[in-house]
Amino acid sequence: MGVQTEVVSATEKRSTLIARLHEVQEREGYLPAVEIAAIAKEMGMSAAQVMGVATFYNHFRLRPPGKHSIKVCDGTACHVKGSNKLLDRIEAELNIQPGESTEDGMFTLHVVACLGACSMAPAMVIDDDVHGRVSPRQLKRILNSYRRRQ
Amino acid sequence: MAVTNTAALAANGQIKSRKLVNITVDGHEYQVGADQTLLEGLREAGIKVPTLCNWQGLHPAGACRVCVVELEGARTLVASCTQPIVDGMVVRTQTPRVRLARKINLELQLANHPEDCFYCQRNNNCELQTLAAEYGVERRYRGKRKQALNDVTSYALMRDPEKCILCQRCVTTCADVQAVACITPLKRGFDTTIGVAFGEGIGDSECVNCGQCTKVCPTGALVERDDLAKVYTALADPTKYVVAQIAPAVRVSLAQEFGMSPGADFTGKLVAGLKLVGFTKVFDTNYAADLTIMEEAAELVGRVKNNGPFPLVTSCCPAWIKFAEQYYPDHLENLSSCKSPQMMMGAVLHSEYAKKTEATRDGTFVVSMMPCTAKKWEMNKVSEGDVDVVLTTRELVRMLKREQINLAELEPVSFDPVFGASTWAPAIFGVSGGVAEAAIRTAYQMVTGEELPVPDFTPVRGLEGVKTTVVDVNGVQLRSAVISGLQNVRDFFAQGGWEDYHFIEVMACPGGCINGGGQPYSEHWPLRRLMESLYGIDKNMSWRRSHENPEIVDLYEQYLGAPNSEKAHHLLHRSYVDRSMDYLPQ
Amino acid sequence: MSDNKQIIFYVGSGTCGLAAGAQAVWDTLLEEVKRRGLNAVAKKVGCMGLCEREPMVDVRLPGSVRVSFGNVDVKGLRRILDSYVENGVIPGELLLGTALGEPDYEAVVEPEPNGQAKLVKVPNMMELPFMSKQCRRVLANCGRIDPESIEEYIAAGGYDALRKAIGQTPQWVVDEVTRSGLRGRGGAGFPTGRKWSTALEQEDTQKYIICNADEGDPGAFMDRGLLEGDPHRVLEGIVIGGYAIGANKGYMYVRAEYPLAIERIEKALEQMRAKRLLGENILGSGFNFDIEIKMGAGAFVCGEETALMASIEGGRGVPRPKPPFPAVKGLWGHPTIINNVETFANVPDIIAKGAEWFASVGTEKSKGTKVFSLTGKVRNSGLIEVPMGITLQEIIFDLGGGIVDNGTFKAAQIGGPSGGCLPAALLSTSIDYDSLIQAGAMMGSGGLVVMDNHTCMVEVARYFLSFTKTESCGRCTPCREGTTRLYELLERVLTPQRVVDAEIERIPAELRSLMGARRHIEAEEFIGEIYELAGVIKDTAACQLGATTPNPILSTLRHFESEYRAHLMDQICPAGACKQFLTYTIDASLCQGCGLCKAECPSNAISGEKKEVHVIDQELCSHCGNCVDACAFGAISGLSVKMELVG
Repeated sequence: MGVQTEVVSATEKRSTLIARLHEVQEREGYLPAVEIAAIAKEMGMSAAQVMGVATFYNHFRLRPPGKHSIKVCDGTACHVKGSNKLLDRIEAELNIQPGESTEDGMFTLHVVACLGACSMAPAMVIDDDVHGRVSPRQLKRILNSYRRRQ
Repeated sequence: MAVTNTAALAANGQIKSRKLVNITVDGHEYQVGADQTLLEGLREAGIKVPTLCNWQGLHPAGACRVCVVELEGARTLVASCTQPIVDGMVVRTQTPRVRLARKINLELQLANHPEDCFYCQRNNNCELQTLAAEYGVERRYRGKRKQALNDVTSYALMRDPEKCILCQRCVTTCADVQAVACITPLKRGFDTTIGVAFGEGIGDSECVNCGQCTKVCPTGALVERDDLAKVYTALADPTKYVVAQIAPAVRVSLAQEFGMSPGADFTGKLVAGLKLVGFTKVFDTNYAADLTIMEEAAELVGRVKNNGPFPLVTSCCPAWIKFAEQYYPDHLENLSSCKSPQMMMGAVLHSEYAKKTEATRDGTFVVSMMPCTAKKWEMNKVSEGDVDVVLTTRELVRMLKREQINLAELEPVSFDPVFGASTWAPAIFGVSGGVAEAAIRTAYQMVTGEELPVPDFTPVRGLEGVKTTVVDVNGVQLRSAVISGLQNVRDFFAQGGWEDYHFIEVMACPGGCINGGGQPYSEHWPLRRLMESLYGIDKNMSWRRSHENPEIVDLYEQYLGAPNSEKAHHLLHRSYVDRSMDYLPQ
Repeated sequence: MSDNKQIIFYVGSGTCGLAAGAQAVWDTLLEEVKRRGLNAVAKKVGCMGLCEREPMVDVRLPGSVRVSFGNVDVKGLRRILDSYVENGVIPGELLLGTALGEPDYEAVVEPEPNGQAKLVKVPNMMELPFMSKQCRRVLANCGRIDPESIEEYIAAGGYDALRKAIGQTPQWVVDEVTRSGLRGRGGAGFPTGRKWSTALEQEDTQKYIICNADEGDPGAFMDRGLLEGDPHRVLEGIVIGGYAIGANKGYMYVRAEYPLAIERIEKALEQMRAKRLLGENILGSGFNFDIEIKMGAGAFVCGEETALMASIEGGRGVPRPKPPFPAVKGLWGHPTIINNVETFANVPDIIAKGAEWFASVGTEKSKGTKVFSLTGKVRNSGLIEVPMGITLQEIIFDLGGGIVDNGTFKAAQIGGPSGGCLPAALLSTSIDYDSLIQAGAMMGSGGLVVMDNHTCMVEVARYFLSFTKTESCGRCTPCREGTTRLYELLERVLTPQRVVDAEIERIPAELRSLMGARRHIEAEEFIGEIYELAGVIKDTAACQLGATTPNPILSTLRHFESEYRAHLMDQICPAGACKQFLTYTIDASLCQGCGLCKAECPSNAISGEKKEVHVIDQELCSHCGNCVDACAFGAISGLSVKMELVG
């Protein structure tokens, strides 16, 4: 009977893993290795298993992000309205691929599936600001405004 | 036509009475057991179904999709490995649809697999290669391939992630059987890899080097580190006095590799073969195992006298030792301070043996033939020069074949004596429970001055993960436990009550060394026959207790004095370190 | 008419509204109310679904009807305040009509065509073409009530159904849902009642019910709209479901990308607990039930029910083999029911108004309504709820207002990445589960993307495949490896294999026709290869996501095989969408020699002196199309030029 309760609590603990990872990333901006090891210990899992979960989901980052996060929407509506062109321009402008950060640590680029701003396609979100109907030509101006902001 | 294999299986003792179902396969009717997967049922019916991910005893992953069959009533093909068998199923395994699906799934695997079979350790012994040949694959898909560096961080194992087909067998084995879970799937989709949490590779991880993963790997993605080159270099070096020692499990694990019936005792043939390869002397690791028993039994008797600390836990198995150092750092005092037998043997050979023969301390080159990959780690990280190279059974077979030596044809030759006359020591150490049995035999004698009434001490025999027993030794109820398989170990220590035992034998590999990570590849490895073979050897011995071994008696009389003497301690004992923080990120 | 003493403002504050600038409107509103000293309250409401008209603001003057305005930016808001609030004159250019459920109303609207403001009848919003064919049941409260107020939900009849359900036996609830004919709104359309019945039959003291709000289909936002606009409706459905199957624990699995939805659910759960609609002894009935939110972390495959369970348990979102089915053995081995947001949202009405009422709308085998998010090259994109059985034609042309820029309809992708496309010939297809399957598509969760004649269907297939490829969990061979190879095959179709004219000149004429013939054979084989691989993926993948991965290819091949052939054989993109197949030229008569194109060209293919006509070197051109965008005079165009090999 005692064993039974322990099993239940272990599985219940484990079911909070993703929430814990969200929490750490919210606080640190990414998932530092020491935190992964600590969570593993807490959950009674191996560090590798926690890493397996962390790397499975798009949302989690294992490296510190840039100062500003750029999320380019590649939902269907945005795609039809030229999001890949926008993405090409950002990649060229910042010289990074999606998932990477610029060398100066200023920007991290992400491609996301649907921000829910379909009527504003093509849309991107920098930090918390939605930029809708972005033409490639406006891009430079927008990026510079964040550079100045520091 | 109704075919029943149940009777035959029941006769073999493999199954007890059970529920049966009728299935129709390719137009024929069969009666097979009910509580199993379709794949198991088909195999029971004698129908070959290919698979790259299913493995007896492991939770099926349903990953490779090569075992697909047509099931009447199902819209798509079904993977027989994850499909529960149901009475009345109508299955087709040989239709064009099935054949095409299997072939394309194999081609998809190959399109993302290096085409360098010639240079692969698993050449001619690879499940993917075999199936590819059977299904007549074509080179159809060209495109991007995964690219990854070889993982050479471990002393025991090597990983080539490019050869990995993501069958998950290693992952399941590491997590479910061995409770380590140092390797796991990372990322997802096409980018999925099997990897460790931090660092460059498994050498930087909590891997205990048990090598169970290498036994289940269908390709060359996970293999033992091949150390044959070092052996050949030493053999060619005139200043080296190259000797071999053979672990108990190895001698019963070679027969099938040379076309003989599995489990046959190849001890003498192997000694002869190694002499042909060029080893100057060939010794029996059992000699050192007896030595271990003397020391360990003395330690046990000492603890009984001093009332603890209990339990005394065996230290023969280096995978278990690393496991203990990582996960039970607070209980290292419970570990016996005895070196493992291969290290004891190496220590004696490099010291007392070298003194009395033409060999020199530095010139002596000890090669251990082990069923084990963890011994490689032990040799490099712990042994401090006791042993020079560890070869697994698989490497040993490769070496013999490279030298065109067919053990089956050789006349048996006796081991070389370490001291005194040549003897054949009992070999039960190769199976789970062997160490405990031998230790109890000797401890009993040490305490009571009498021999255990019956040397066959059956309560600790068998392939169960946990076996316990109580022996009355001069009024002391000596409680001992025998555990194999690290998941069993974890469960045993987690459930509490382990402090009540006096003596615990732990072997990392389920069933003991006969099931070691360095043993030949086989999904249906005949563990039971190997075990019976080892007990058979034991039964025919003229003496069966370690303290009766005349060579051991010699060694103590001439050099060491008594077990646990200062000299013995210096030569045959070791200490432990807390490794719980070793693999954490900074 | 109402008897309110205060002015009430309703600001549409769904994610789409916020993206369109609703926050700035909200802030300005509060400022202005203060500055002008108005006796007013402001409320945030969910989304009406008219994405094109965001931000939306409704105003109810004291004792008057509620009037809806669209495209209200900060300037528009000031105009509403100046004109309508202060003077009672409705600014016509912003007017949408009286709000849903409000009566007609006469008011002064300006400007009038004759320039004179006068009293006219203000129509109800429902008369907008976008609204008139809708049947708003699930969305009834969205954009009308304050989603953060349980009182408003209750005032609209909320939680009556729960009260009724727990007065009956679980079996009665299951039967009622079964009789209604409700089918799962998440994709495959499995009868909800049958699923619940299986779970009810299981003898286990622990059962679970899960709401799948992991809306991952790119271009779909039905769940988001519902959860942001009317969370209590969904939650009420879950509690009823929990009661029906005998569960005492529910999970709400929501995408992490929907922070606003999560916030509103959290608030709603608190309100429910305070009113004893959740927790121990619900409404004094002895029924205990609670709901916990589980946040996803970005994995499309977690929309698959067994993968979702793995994720809730804290693992990688890898699907598990079925059988056993979740209703028998689900979360931690216990019977578990998983339904999607819209399915649960239908439940309260079925219980409160009866199975017959629910089944009064729809077709024989597909009852009720379906919510779609209509996007793509359609004039009115947004969230719509239509009766089952409506035709695709009606949705796109009546509700959607037809194709943007006067283009021609080419196809509609329905069912997201796992669905299929329907061409113009199938516009009359009835929107119900079975007709869609028959037409080679599927209902899916409700993504409906419209494509026009400028859309390349091969590229559409590639897009969906690139999505599913990265969303594969990686467990099984056909999905992990096969999808990548399938994607590569498509990329090859989309990669020009052009032989430049000069080279063709050098090939002897008699060999040219041979080459042409060979190209034909290769193209045939190529298409055969795509079919074969797609077939094996469908046949052997371990889960539904994997098995449906080839659907976009198979359905575009089925209806638009000629486009594949045109890319392969003629080296053209018939839609003119694939830049890499276009030949870019500068019209000498229009070029002003400004050099803008030259500056934008990444491959230095454009040459020309200032004020002189510029020229593009075809061998250097990388087909990026930057020059077309750069040219201010419309002098540069990209054209499809068929590669002639024969003769």
